[in-house]
Amino acid sequence: MTTQPDLLYSEEEEALRRAVRDLLTDHCDPAGVIARIASNAPHDRSLWKTLAQSMGLAGLLVPESLGGQGASHREAAVVLEELGRAVAPVPYLTSAVVATEALLACGGDEAAGLLAELASGRTVGALAVGLAVRPGGAYRVVRHEEGSLYGELTTVADAAVADVLLVPARDGGLYAVDADAATIIPQVSLDLTRPLATVTFDGAAGRLLTDDAQTSVRRALCGGAGLLTAEQLGVAEWCLTQTVRHLKERRQFNRPLGGFQALKHRLAELWLEVAGLRAAARNAADALATGSEDMDIAVAVAQAYAAPVAVHAAEEAVQLHGGVGMTWEHPVHLYLKRAKADSIAYGTAGSHRATLAELADLRAP
Amino acid sequence: MTEATELLVRTRKLLAAHPPAGTGRLDFLRARFDAGLAWVHYPEGLGGLGAPRSLQAVVDAELEAAGAPDNDPRRIGIGLGMAAPTILRFGTEEQKRRYLKPLWTGEEVWCQLFSEPGAGSDLAALGTRAVRDEQGPSRSSEAETGGGWVVNGQKVWTSSAHLARWAILIARTDPDVPKHQGITYFICDMTDLGVEVRSLRQITGEAEFNEVFLTDVRIPDSCRLGEVGDGWRVAQTTLMNERVSIGGMRVPREGGMIGPVAKTWRERPDLRTHDLHQRLLELWVQAEVVRLTGERLRQQLVAGQPGPEGSGMKLAFARLNQEISGLEVEILGSEGLLYDDWTMRRPELVDFTGREAGYRYLRAKGNSIEGGTSEVLLNIVAERVLGLPAEPRTDKDIPWKDLAR
Repeated sequence: MTTQPDLLYSEEEEALRRAVRDLLTDHCDPAGVIARIASNAPHDRSLWKTLAQSMGLAGLLVPESLGGQGASHREAAVVLEELGRAVAPVPYLTSAVVATEALLACGGDEAAGLLAELASGRTVGALAVGLAVRPGGAYRVVRHEEGSLYGELTTVADAAVADVLLVPARDGGLYAVDADAATIIPQVSLDLTRPLATVTFDGAAGRLLTDDAQTSVRRALCGGAGLLTAEQLGVAEWCLTQTVRHLKERRQFNRPLGGFQALKHRLAELWLEVAGLRAAARNAADALATGSEDMDIAVAVAQAYAAPVAVHAAEEAVQLHGGVGMTWEHPVHLYLKRAKADSIAYGTAGSHRATLAELADLRAP
Repeated sequence: MTEATELLVRTRKLLAAHPPAGTGRLDFLRARFDAGLAWVHYPEGLGGLGAPRSLQAVVDAELEAAGAPDNDPRRIGIGLGMAAPTILRFGTEEQKRRYLKPLWTGEEVWCQLFSEPGAGSDLAALGTRAVRDEQGPSRSSEAETGGGWVVNGQKVWTSSAHLARWAILIARTDPDVPKHQGITYFICDMTDLGVEVRSLRQITGEAEFNEVFLTDVRIPDSCRLGEVGDGWRVAQTTLMNERVSIGGMRVPREGGMIGPVAKTWRERPDLRTHDLHQRLLELWVQAEVVRLTGERLRQQLVAGQPGPEGSGMKLAFARLNQEISGLEVEILGSEGLLYDDWTMRRPELVDFTGREAGYRYLRAKGNSIEGGTSEVLLNIVAERVLGLPAEPRTDKDIPWKDLAR
């Protein structure tokens, strides 16, 4: 059954937004993020603790019967918009959305136990699938032999802070592996606020979650791709807002730069793109929340639209900030790196368009 | 009884007293107007009941189900969407009673005499002159209201001028003050002998619009809307309503210009190439996102929280229509080299998605010009939504007669 999607934000969702934004304003300022990413510990564990444990936001997608909040993708999307706006280095998308979705698809006691832990925020989970893989796309697996796993996976996002890894194996199963049992080596990542890692298993013990890893992984990546667009919306909005502010303040030729029509038109174009992104991202979150039959199309449309918009917003922000936009000190580079990495995460715009060619019956030659 | 139920009862009473099957179309429409069910948000006695505008849908649905005739709103869009709200807001009681009923029933078609060859985006620069009629009108009632006006000038891009009984007209009554201050708003009788309507053939080959030449057209002062010199402010009401009437409809997926292109793509595998495929998918995504943006705007309006998205919708539609129709011609390959018909015609209704690909491509070029150019709309978004500084102006404080032309 197709019902009309609700593309607005409810009062409760706006209240949630305010709470998250207040927290991030106090505890995740740009200067702090820049200082943090230069350190050996780019993730903000104390922010994660507040967000996930005190505010209970890690369990939004988990039913109350399994220890979660029993909310939906609509609320999680609002959280991600705010986290995107702050390029917050926390494993929310990877643990509270992607790993959580994978476990929700598993069923069984082992998965239920882990879900409760993830929902509480005390445990961080990561799906051991490369960040670039699109929903339904091929992914690397490890070897499973007599209860132990062998193999190497790369570009696993937020693995460095994960307590448990969800690992697909060649036998078709999905296994839970304690992070301590694997060798996790950070990779030098383009997006410093969502670091990637190589994960190596050399006889690590794995607990079987499901025989059907493919279904779990697909659902996880679909949820990840759909809600990533909310993060991209947050990134794009920050870039637009900050650039507008900068151009109102910055004076050259005895005028505010924002008064030059060439620049006004560029910002108006960007605003229009962001307005479209909001509608598309909201549509994807609503479709995921209601389990709409339109979900796959909604996610693919939002993904195909979001990446170019977020990248465009970040690139315009760098250009229109002039020289200061090229500095390490100004936070705009964090948004450019996040936007560009997001344009590859969970499938490129082009790969989502290819998905749409099937779903919308617009076949290739 | 709730307001909606009350309206439903009134509608059924109307239908009982004037069964559509046995009532002439015009008689039914007049009775509907008199019952206050024409536009329920208008005041009583003027076709409405002072009810919330959203309840019109209740009435319309009931009438449609009963097979009642409507007033063919597309044919009289300028009257309904632009003239009527302006008359309602600025008209005298006498003007409202005289004009609104035949406007709504469609007995009298309206057109809009605003744009001029020398005043497009800069509408306030208009040069059509209205001067006091020194000889004075012969009828005594007009003498009481201060005589009349004589109008000379040229207007352009006037749809329906060749069908119209009346026009809303803005003209310059004082050239010695800055341009926004010297304009007055009139109702112009299109049957006046000084009104000459010439069809304006456009790039599609047909003529939707007209040029209107005004030569010593006499307008009684009783046909003035608002104060002398206040025409620019009055015109804002007209133009604001023009923008409101765009959008507001729920559109299904592939409901717009992308629909015929997707259909062609599915039916004609022989036309497919990889390049066209990539571009089609990109535009299909954009069409879907524009549709969702419009739907979100609609939901905001229903919830009573209009968002600024409205300012951008026309921009987005124009660009999309142009890109999609351009791609469509290309998809057709050698068939795209042909055109359905260049015959000069006067279409009564315009359908952007009507006719064939070549027509759609050419007609869509107007989408970024008519009703506000995309360039002006970008300025509006930048200034009113984003709060960026206004364009430097050199034309606001000097008398109209001293402006460079």
